[in-house]
Amino acid sequence: MPKRKDIETILVIGSGPIIIGQAAEFDYAGTQACLALREEGYRVILVNSNPATIMTDKEIADVVYIEPLTPDFIGRIIRKEQPDALLPTLGGQVGLNMAVELDRLGVLEENNVELLGTKLESITQAEDRDLFRQLMNQMGVPVPESEIINTVEQAYDFRRKVGYPFIVRPAFTMGGTGGGICYNDGDLDEIVANGLKYSPMSQCLVEKSIAGFKEIEYEVMRDKNDNAIVVCNMENIDPVGIHTGDSTVVAPTQTLADKENQMLRDVSLSVIRELGIEGGCNVQLALDPESFDYYIIEVNPRVSRSSALASKATGYPIAKLAAKIAVGLTLDEMANPVTGTSYAAFEPALDYVVSKIPRFPFDKFAKGERKLGTQMKATGEVMAIGRTYEESLLKAIRSLEYGVHHLGLPNGDAFELDYIIEMIKKQSDERLFYIGEALRKDVPMSDIHEWTKIDMFFLRKFQHIITIESELKANIGSVDHLKWAKTYGFSDRIIAHRWNMDKSEVRALRGEKGITPVYKMVDTCAAEFESTTPYFYGTYESENESAASDRKKIIVLGSGPIRIGQGVEFDYATVHAVWAIQEAGYEAIIVNNNPETVSTDFSISDKLYFEPLTHEDVMNIIEHEQPDGVVVQFGGQTAINLADQLQADGVRIIGTTLDDLDRAEDRKRFEQLLRDIDVPQPLGKTATNEAEALANAEYIGYPVLVRPSYVLGGRAMEIVYNEAELKNYMRDAVKASPEHPVLIDRYLTGKEIEVDAISDGENVIIPGIMEHIERAGVHSGDSIAVYPPVTLEDTEIDMLTDYTQRLALGLNTVGLINIQFVISNGEVYVLEVNPRASRTVPFMSKITEIPMANLAMKAILGIKLADMAYRPGLALFKAGYHVKAPVFSFSKLKNVDITLGPEMKSTGEVMGKDMSLNKALFKGLVASGLEVKDHGTALITVADKDKEEAVALASRLSQCGYRLMATKGTGEVLRENNIPIITVDKVGEGPNSLIKEIQSGNVQIVINTMTKGKQVERDGFRIRRETVENGVPCLTSLDTARTLVEVIESMTFNMEKM
Amino acid sequence: MLTEKRYLVLEDGTVYEGYRFGSDRTGEGELVFNTSMTGYQEVITDPSYTDQIITFSYPLVGNAGINTEDNETLLPTVRGIVLREAENEPSNFRSTETLDSFLNRHGIPGISGVDTRSITRRIRDKGVMKASLADAENHDEIIELLQNSPFRTDQVKRVSTKSPYISTGPGHRVVLIDYGKKENIVRSLNNKGCDVTVVPFDTSAADILRMQPAGVMLSNGPGDPEDVEGAVETIRALIGRVPVFGVCMGHQLIGLAYGASSYKMKFGHRGSNVPVKNLATGRIEITSQNHGYSIDPVSLEGTGFEVTHTALNDGTVEGMRHKEHPVFSVQYHPEASAGPHDSEYLFSQFIQMMDLVKEDKNA
Repeated sequence: MPKRKDIETILVIGSGPIIIGQAAEFDYAGTQACLALREEGYRVILVNSNPATIMTDKEIADVVYIEPLTPDFIGRIIRKEQPDALLPTLGGQVGLNMAVELDRLGVLEENNVELLGTKLESITQAEDRDLFRQLMNQMGVPVPESEIINTVEQAYDFRRKVGYPFIVRPAFTMGGTGGGICYNDGDLDEIVANGLKYSPMSQCLVEKSIAGFKEIEYEVMRDKNDNAIVVCNMENIDPVGIHTGDSTVVAPTQTLADKENQMLRDVSLSVIRELGIEGGCNVQLALDPESFDYYIIEVNPRVSRSSALASKATGYPIAKLAAKIAVGLTLDEMANPVTGTSYAAFEPALDYVVSKIPRFPFDKFAKGERKLGTQMKATGEVMAIGRTYEESLLKAIRSLEYGVHHLGLPNGDAFELDYIIEMIKKQSDERLFYIGEALRKDVPMSDIHEWTKIDMFFLRKFQHIITIESELKANIGSVDHLKWAKTYGFSDRIIAHRWNMDKSEVRALRGEKGITPVYKMVDTCAAEFESTTPYFYGTYESENESAASDRKKIIVLGSGPIRIGQGVEFDYATVHAVWAIQEAGYEAIIVNNNPETVSTDFSISDKLYFEPLTHEDVMNIIEHEQPDGVVVQFGGQTAINLADQLQADGVRIIGTTLDDLDRAEDRKRFEQLLRDIDVPQPLGKTATNEAEALANAEYIGYPVLVRPSYVLGGRAMEIVYNEAELKNYMRDAVKASPEHPVLIDRYLTGKEIEVDAISDGENVIIPGIMEHIERAGVHSGDSIAVYPPVTLEDTEIDMLTDYTQRLALGLNTVGLINIQFVISNGEVYVLEVNPRASRTVPFMSKITEIPMANLAMKAILGIKLADMAYRPGLALFKAGYHVKAPVFSFSKLKNVDITLGPEMKSTGEVMGKDMSLNKALFKGLVASGLEVKDHGTALITVADKDKEEAVALASRLSQCGYRLMATKGTGEVLRENNIPIITVDKVGEGPNSLIKEIQSGNVQIVINTMTKGKQVERDGFRIRRETVENGVPCLTSLDTARTLVEVIESMTFNMEKM
Repeated sequence: MLTEKRYLVLEDGTVYEGYRFGSDRTGEGELVFNTSMTGYQEVITDPSYTDQIITFSYPLVGNAGINTEDNETLLPTVRGIVLREAENEPSNFRSTETLDSFLNRHGIPGISGVDTRSITRRIRDKGVMKASLADAENHDEIIELLQNSPFRTDQVKRVSTKSPYISTGPGHRVVLIDYGKKENIVRSLNNKGCDVTVVPFDTSAADILRMQPAGVMLSNGPGDPEDVEGAVETIRALIGRVPVFGVCMGHQLIGLAYGASSYKMKFGHRGSNVPVKNLATGRIEITSQNHGYSIDPVSLEGTGFEVTHTALNDGTVEGMRHKEHPVFSVQYHPEASAGPHDSEYLFSQFIQMMDLVKEDKNA
C-alpha cells in the first residue's frame, strides 16, 4: 500500500514537560516520527511546550511551535497553519488527550483536519475502562472481575463469586484513601466499611486482586492491512501490584514456555486487531504463575515508555515505523532499518538479555513515601544489555547513579536482618538491593519469594550473584574466578572489594591475562542477517564485532538516567555535540545507558555504545576505540564525575580542563580567581564547628546561606535567619569537620540572574541573559526565568557582560559556561560558575538561534569562534519575551514538601513566549499546568517575615475581584490594612479549618510561605500537601505569587467605584 | 563454576571451548542455528533436527525446564545442543525435569559457555557445516574425520513410525504420512475434529487409499527430500484422488512428485519469526520454520502449481497450491510449536478442501 498522496501537511503534538510517567521517551518518539514523516516528503508542523527537547529544534520539523499544550493554543495553531492531518499517538497521553479534546470541541472538523493512525473511537475504546471491559467481555478475553458496591453485604456477594484476595477502592477519594486488599472476612468487614465511610458517595469498586501474578508486556504493531507483529515481549521482575514504570524489567520474557508466550501473543494481537490500532501499541497482561490463567490489564493505544524501551532493547524503531504506518505504509513494504536487507514485517530475535531498572528521585526526596504501588514514582530509567541475565542486571544497577553499585547496599553489612526483612516486605524502591542483603545473610529464597512473589528464577539469579561473590572471596587472585565473575557482569570495583584490592589492580590483572570485553551488535535478528547497525554492547566472550575505525574520532559521554537536576536538556546538548563533531569531519561515538533518549537512537551517532557510564566500562571502550578525545561537558554531572579518573588513566579530556573545572568548584581556588579578575562575590566564610559557624555568621550578618562544601544540586543547603536556626542546622543537618567544612555565605535577597556563554579561550559569545522571577534562594532550576531581563539597567547588563567575559576567560573556558549572579543594591555578585553545559542551553539556543552546544563543541575541537560567523560579546536581544517555567511532579510523590528552596524539585520545564511579558508569563504558567483564573478565592497564610509583602499582594488580588481567605495571624494583618478577609481556622484548631476549605474546592490559589519550628512546619506541610492532593496551585514563593497576580491583573478589568 | 570442558569442533577447523552438559555420548552432526527465544523443548524434540547439532542463538536456555506436554516426539534425535548458558534450575509450573537431565536420558550431548553468536555468524557466512561435540582434545583428527566422512541419508527411515496408529476424532479421516512428524500436527488435526491415522513413510498409496481417507497430510521430516525412498511415487499415486496437504518436507516432496526440484539453502530458515507473505491476501504471517532445503521456483513452471506464499525477506517459495488438483502445501509449520499461530488457518483450509471434495462426491 503506497503512502497517502492526498495529504501534505501533518501536525504532530509532543508530550510537553518531563513529569513522572512522561519523560524523554516522547522526545525520542516525536523526533523519530517527525524525521520519518519528512523522509516521506510531508511537511511537518510540531507543537510542544517543552523547549529542552530535540524535537523542538528547527532541524526536526518544518515548522516548530513552542506553545502550551492546551486545546485553545493548539486550536490557534490549527487555524493559522491549516494542516491536512494530525498525528496524535506519538506525544504520550498528553498528545492523545489533546487530539480527543480538539475533536470534541469540533476544532478538527471545522478546519478539515484528519486524524492519522489509530482512529479516535479505538483510542476511546482502549482508554475508557468500561468500554474496554465490554469489548474484552465480547471477545472472551478475561479482565479482572470487578463490581461497584454500596454495602458490606454486596462485598460478601462479590467475595462469593471471585474469592479472596480482592482490592477495595473507595469511589471519589484522592490517592486511594481508605482502600486496601482483603484476604479474609475480617479484612472485608473492616476495609469495606471503612471504604464506604471515606467515599462521599458511600461507594466502592471491588476488584479481584491479581497481585503476585506475573506481569508481562507485549509491544505490538499493526498496519492498516491488518499485518500485526510483536516487536518485543518483556517480563516485570516485580509482579503485578507495582507500576510497570517502577518495575525492574527483563526482555525478552524469561520464565515463559513457548505455550504461554504464544497464548499471550495471540491475545495481544487479537486485541489490537479488534481495536483497529494502526501504529504502535502496548499490551499489559497478568499471568498466573501456577496455570495458564491470565488477565489483560490494559492497552496503551500509542507509543509509550515501554515502546521506547522495546525499540532500544531490540533495535527495532517503533515510533519511526508507527509514523509511517499512519500515512498509509504497511509493514511488509518498509525495510527493517537495522538490517537494510530484511523487512519491517517480522519479529525481532534477541540474542542477549536486556534489563531495565527505574531511577527514583528519593535521593532528593529522602522523606518521600518510598513504598511502590500502582502510582509511578520513577523519574527515569536505565537499560543494560548482557549475554547473561546477571550481567545485564549488574550493568543496569551500576548505571543507576543511585548510590548503589551492585546487588546490595554500600553499607549493607550494617543493617540488622529484621530491618532488611522489613524493607523487603515494605516494597520500597530499594527492595532489589535489600533482597541482595537478605541473601547475603542466608535468608532462604523461599521466604523472599513468599514476601515478594518474585519468581524463583530471578531469585536464583540473585542468589547466583551472591554465590559468585563468596567464591571470589574464597579464591583471591584466581584468574578463573575473575573470568567467571566478569561473565556474570561483576565490575572490577566489586571484585576488588571482595579481594581487598584496588580496582586498578583488578584491571591490571585483567589486562595481563587478556580478560577484556568484546562488543556485540544489536541487530534485531540474532545475527541471522548481516547488519551494519553501529549499535553495540560489551560482554565477556570471544568474538568482537565492533571494528575500531582509523578515522579521527571523539567520544561523547551521555548523561544517564533522567532524574531531578539532570533532565532531557543534557541529552539535547549531547546530541548537538555529536552533530557538531560530525560536521567538523570526525567520527562521533556516544556512550550512554538511558533507553528513553534521542542520543541512544543508533542513527544519531556514528557509533553507539549502550553501556554503563562508569570509569571501568567507559575506559574499556576508550581502550578499544582509541579516540582523539573524550568530551564530558555535555553529559551533566554523570560525565563530569568520570573525568578525573579518565584523565588519571591518560585519557585526553577535551574542552575546559579539569584543573579549571576544579578552580570553579574549589572554594579557595575560586576566591583566588575572583580576586585576580576582580569580580565580587557575596561575603562568605567556612566553618568546621558550631562555634566557628556562629562567629562567622555574626560577622557576615544574617540571613546567611549555609551548605556543606562540595555538595551538588543544593542538597542540604539552607537559608538561616538567626542564631537559633543556625545552631539547629549545625546540629541536625550537617556533620562539619576540618575535612568537610560548612560554607556560610551572606544571603543577598536581590535579583537572580543567569547567563550562559560559549568561549574558545580567546573570545566569549554570550547568547543572552535571563532574569529569575524568584529571588536568590530558590534553585535556578525551579525558578521562572525570563529572557530578556526586564528590570535591569543598561549599566547592570554591561557589568554582567563584562563579568561573564572575565570569568569565562579567567577559567580558560573552552566550551560552555553557566554563571549565576545576584544583583543587590545595584551591585553585581557572582554566586556560582559551572564551566559546562547547563539546563538552559536548549532554551537559550532556541530563543537566540545561536546553536550553543554546536559552537561549544566546535570550539572544543579547536575551531575559533571568530571563524564561525558569530559576533563575540553579548548578542542583541531578540524581540518579544520568553519565559521558562518549572514543572513539578508532586502529585505523584507522597510526603514530599513542595516548598521551593535551594534544593531543586522540578522534573521538567516549559516555555511561554509572546510579545508582552504578561502574555509570555501567562503561557508559561498555563503550559506548566497552572490554570490561571481571573476570579476566585485565594487562601493566604505566610510566615511573619513575609506578612508585609503579602499585604500588597492581597490588596492587588482583592482589586482584581478575588475573595481572600486567611488564617488568624495573616488575617489580622490584612484586616488592619483594610483588606476584606474571610478568616479560617488553622490546621486542627477549629471546625472551619482551611484544610476543609481546600478539600471542598472553595479555594483556587494558595499562597503559603514556610515558617520554621516543628509544629508550624508540620501544619504548613499539611496545607501544602493538601493543595497537591486537591489540585490547587500553591505558591510558596512570594515572587511567583506576585507574577501570578500581575498576570491576573493583565487579564481582568479594574473595578473602581466612582 | 563449571569446570568440565567440552569442545565443539567444526568442519572448517574452528574449535570452540565450552563446558559439558547433557549426555556424554558425543559425536557429529550438521551444525545449524535456531533464533527462537522460547520453545527449546519443542525444537529439541522436533524430528526434523535428526542428526543435527542445534545452536540456540538466544543465550539462556532451560529457564522453563522440560514438561511432559510440549514434546514433539518422545524420543528426540537431535545430535547435540550448543548454548551460551544452560539453565539448570528451571522455574515454570509445568516443569518436571531440567534440560540437562532430559538430554542425559535421551543420550543427547550439550555444550554451554560458548560464543553462540559467533557460531551463528560463522554459519550465516559460510553455510551450515558438519561439526562434532567432543570431550577429548584430538581436534585435528576430528576435523579430518568431519571433512572426509559422508553425511547419513537415512534420517526419515529412522524417525518415521514403524507401524500405523490412530488418534481418533469425530470428523474427517486424515492419513498423516510420517516422515518425522511433529506431534503437534496430530494435535492440530485432532483439535479440528479430524480422525488421524499416522502411517510409516513407506506405506504404499494403495494401503493408504484402502483406509478411505478424506485427505492425506504429508508431514515435516529431516534431511534431503531427495533421499526419501519411494515418497515421490506414493504421492504421485495419491494426487488427484484425495486432497493432499503438505508441510515442510511434505511440501518439498509434493514439489518433487510433480517434477519440480529442490535445492539446499546456505543456512536455511530456523526460527519463530520468519515473515511470509500470503500472496492472495497480501498479508504477512509470522511463521515457525525449520528447513534447510527449498523448492526451486523456476522448476515449478509447467507443474500446474501456483506459488501462494513467499518468504518476505529472501523471496523463497513458502507455499503453493495446485491449479487443478486439491493439493496445497507450505514450507513452514502451521502447527507452530514452537512459534506463532498465525498460520493455523491452513488446517481449516485443509478441512474445507476435504468438505468440498466430499460434497462433490456426494453430489
